[in-house]
Amino acid sequence: MIEIKNLAKRFGAQVVLDDVTLTVNEGETMALLGPSGTGKSVLLKHIIGLMRPDHGQVIVDGLNVARLKRKELAALRSTIGYVFQNGALFDSMDVHENIRLGLTNPEQYADEAFVAERVQQCLKIVNLTPEVAKKMPADLSGGMRKRVGIARAIAGKPKYLLYDEPTSGLDPVNADIIDTMVKRLDTELGVTSIMVTHDVRGAFRTADRIALLTGGKIVAIGTPDEFRNSTVPEVRAFLERDFDNEPI
Amino acid sequence: MSSIAKRLQHKAGRSTLDAFAAVGRFAALLVELARGLTEWRVWVPRAFDEAYKVGMGSLFIVLLIASFAGAVTALQAGYQFTGNIPIYVVGSLVTESVVLELGPVLVGLILAGRIGAAYAAELGTMRVTEQIDALESLGRSPSSYLLVPRVVACLVMIPVLVIFANVVAVAAGWFAAKQALPITDQDFVYGARIFWRPFDATYSLIKAFCFAGAISLISCYRGYTTKQGAEGVGRSTTGAVVTSSVVILMLDLLLAKLLLTA
Repeated sequence: MIEIKNLAKRFGAQVVLDDVTLTVNEGETMALLGPSGTGKSVLLKHIIGLMRPDHGQVIVDGLNVARLKRKELAALRSTIGYVFQNGALFDSMDVHENIRLGLTNPEQYADEAFVAERVQQCLKIVNLTPEVAKKMPADLSGGMRKRVGIARAIAGKPKYLLYDEPTSGLDPVNADIIDTMVKRLDTELGVTSIMVTHDVRGAFRTADRIALLTGGKIVAIGTPDEFRNSTVPEVRAFLERDFDNEPI
Repeated sequence: MSSIAKRLQHKAGRSTLDAFAAVGRFAALLVELARGLTEWRVWVPRAFDEAYKVGMGSLFIVLLIASFAGAVTALQAGYQFTGNIPIYVVGSLVTESVVLELGPVLVGLILAGRIGAAYAAELGTMRVTEQIDALESLGRSPSSYLLVPRVVACLVMIPVLVIFANVVAVAAGWFAAKQALPITDQDFVYGARIFWRPFDATYSLIKAFCFAGAISLISCYRGYTTKQGAEGVGRSTTGAVVTSSVVILMLDLLLAKLLLTA
């Protein structure tokens, strides 16, 4: 279970997260909606310990992430798969080596036969052909890069998956493919997921619960049906896509 | 207080805070490097790859510039030492100038441009494209994967390049002197030996080692702490080259004062 308690973060004078409290239950898929630049990715980075809170706590499996020692944090990270917005694939390595890095168990990482088999399994799970393993990230399309990023995140069989804008920058067809894949992975792998997105349609398709983060605060949270019927003005505005279309 | 004075005071305060913050970040990077050293299984193979890139990739340009520097030093020495100054002094001047100063400083400045820019750009790009965050999220240490191999490669290969540069520069100076001046091999060798101290070679290597540390640490620091996209990568790259070059010149002066004038 992931618990976020009174989390606050600011960069200089800009308050990014302001007393955010959120709980993600075991096996649940939570979509974190919000307009661009409201701290959704910052929240994800706190969960995996890439950022430290100014105030509040992030607790994963009962462990306060900000208080963990280096080895404890590394061990916790091995249970979390993080899918970065643009894939964040290592340019200097081919797809095989990129996915291999997702194997956080050192014995598995060193076992060439296991690596070859697991890389192929992961590519299959994300609907990529075995030949992709030999390609360099620069030779992949945007959608393929995202899928390789997902393959790397699941290689180590994580308990949690954190998706940072998995469909941003993709055409609607590829975005649908990724959404379907996220839903399928959550069901097949039984992971607990948080998906940061500003794609309302994708959130409704994949999430068990949806939270809306705006102005550094969670202003609404509920099931897709509850969210759809919400009377909270920010939710109504977001659903009608008014956030990013204010008059110039 | 006038508004200009207030603004100046604010700027001075901000610059002081920024400078302290930079010192803190640099110290944190050094601590990270020390921690990364313990994961030798990770960094040793990568250090070999980096050492190959630093050594083989820079060898041609280093030797080219060293040979020109040696030849020009010999010709200028010949031009200046006319009249009562014995011609064998050309041998002394070429050897001492190259080993004590030109070899390590020229190689240092060339590599500040070549390696420093490459490291800052590579690491900066990795930072802004979240590749470094990705490494951390996978429970891996960016220090042992990215920083330690680069620093170790520089510390090992730059002194080696300086040795090659010294040998080639002296040889080129010898050759140029023989072509342009009335000097024999015996004169040149006599001149080279007469003022030679074994410590000169040690001094050259100490300088090379210090310059290697400056280039690798500064460029890794600038790249690793890059912010703000492509513009930030450009700023880090330029900053790495300029800062490394200035630090090399400062170290040059400091080491001469500490080791040659005692």
